[in-house]
Amino acid sequence: MIRIECVTYSYSEGISALDGVDLEIGDSELLAIVGENGAGKTTLVKHLNGLLKPQHGRVLVEGIDTRETTVATLARKVGLVFQNPDHMLFAETVEKELAFALTNFGVPPEEIAKKVEWALIEFSLSNYRDRSPFTLSGGEKKRVSLASVLCYGPKIIVLDEPTTGQDNLQKTRLASTLTRLNRQGETVIVVTHDIEFVADFIPRVVVMSKGRVIADGPTEEILVRKDIMDASSILPPQLAELSWEIGLNTPSINTAMIVEEIRHMLGRTNK
Amino acid sequence: MVLAIIEVKGLCYTYPESETPSLIDIDFRADPGEFVLVTGPSGCGKTTFCRVLNGLIPNSYGGDFKGTVVVDGMLTATTPVYELAQHVGLVFQNPENELFCTTVEREVAFGPENLALSREEIMMRVEEALETVGISHLKEKSPEELSGGEQQKVAIAALLAMKPKVLVLDEPTANLDPVSAKSVLELMYRLNEKNGVTVILVEHRLEMVSNLVDRCIVFDAGRIIADGAPREVLYSEKVSELGVGIPKIVQVSKHLSEFVGEQLRFLSSDELASYIRGRRN
Repeated sequence: MIRIECVTYSYSEGISALDGVDLEIGDSELLAIVGENGAGKTTLVKHLNGLLKPQHGRVLVEGIDTRETTVATLARKVGLVFQNPDHMLFAETVEKELAFALTNFGVPPEEIAKKVEWALIEFSLSNYRDRSPFTLSGGEKKRVSLASVLCYGPKIIVLDEPTTGQDNLQKTRLASTLTRLNRQGETVIVVTHDIEFVADFIPRVVVMSKGRVIADGPTEEILVRKDIMDASSILPPQLAELSWEIGLNTPSINTAMIVEEIRHMLGRTNK
Repeated sequence: MVLAIIEVKGLCYTYPESETPSLIDIDFRADPGEFVLVTGPSGCGKTTFCRVLNGLIPNSYGGDFKGTVVVDGMLTATTPVYELAQHVGLVFQNPENELFCTTVEREVAFGPENLALSREEIMMRVEEALETVGISHLKEKSPEELSGGEQQKVAIAALLAMKPKVLVLDEPTANLDPVSAKSVLELMYRLNEKNGVTVILVEHRLEMVSNLVDRCIVFDAGRIIADGAPREVLYSEKVSELGVGIPKIVQVSKHLSEFVGEQLRFLSSDELASYIRGRRN
């Protein structure tokens, strides 16, 4: 359980990156945080593992106030995967990269080997185990950085823009990995601009704009609200746009539902 | 028949120290002024194909290269890369890796300066490139303080100052947010429409780009498996089985085709919406 209570934060005086954010995230939730550049998404998630401490308000992670503990302690509970893999990777080989956190946490070697093996397979990295992460393509590096966090099994996983540079197949695989971890009880928070990814795979969405949360709720209800999409200057999902353009009574982001609605609409006029 | 601006014949290519070829039996031609979208799963050969078009392969990479690639009348294998660079500009995924000057203006001037052009000519080209891309107001800024989308536009302006006939872009929007991505893609559309630049664009965001291009080619495992108008290619069974992220509008149109008794081939929500409104009236 994460409670964010009236948190404000500014990097320099006068410009607030977070302007009174309240948010509650239950155990084993799967949610996305979306919003324009500079909306405060990354600043907010850096509060979850204590990298940033609130200037006002407080953040409680499983009952612990982030101001009263260390990043090292929180890191075991909250795994943060950054947007740019070059800022995270440093080991000589992919395998060593994946084992790093586990070794630091004092996990027994047999256990480490097992977890690393799982991550190599889960993220289609087995062929690269002995390669230097720096020789990989952008999309592959991204998967190494995801794997290096997921393999030590933090209860709460935060991913900042995990789909950049990934093709559709990799995105679908990522979604099924996240969904599976979520069903096993992990809390998964995805910060993203990839609105179609959210529409397809993430059940709850939090919309941020100018340092505030401007909407929070079920994805299929929030992403079809034109007022919210306009206010946050997010490009809406294609199907939401279509819904608005043809004036559907119940706009949707679901292909089957849209097809049904349109059939109904055309069928009625045919008669 | 128009003389092709790009002509690739019987191309097979294997990187040095690699056992499997990255490109197999590629035949491809583009007419001047075409806007070609290149897509396909990761590792399918798209990036390698881009490197082939500006001569980095085989000139800088080496490897096993068979077949011929002719761009703007020049055989790439025997033309120096600096010579080719005046005809083909290549834009990469990450603009940070390309920009190195202290101001945008210097960055854009760098290419023409190396061509030993007159001062007036250089200034004219820089002004023109900045204006075309719509970043004249940024010319005094340092590329480092710009957003990703603005940086990518600087990289494009720097290439335009070389007056290339062909622009090759390898996932130029991969690291951009959707609003910046859209603006870069629309810029490519304008450059192609107004300035007649031939554009070869590698892109995963099919929903954003498929209605802007003339033609779409799909790579899989080093081969071109589909080549045609986007309305043909994105609606083909072979391509949808490949899992390249067929846009939602295409999926909905396919489902509706049977119901309305005609083959719908829409690429944008505007097109589909106006069709539906038309049927209702």
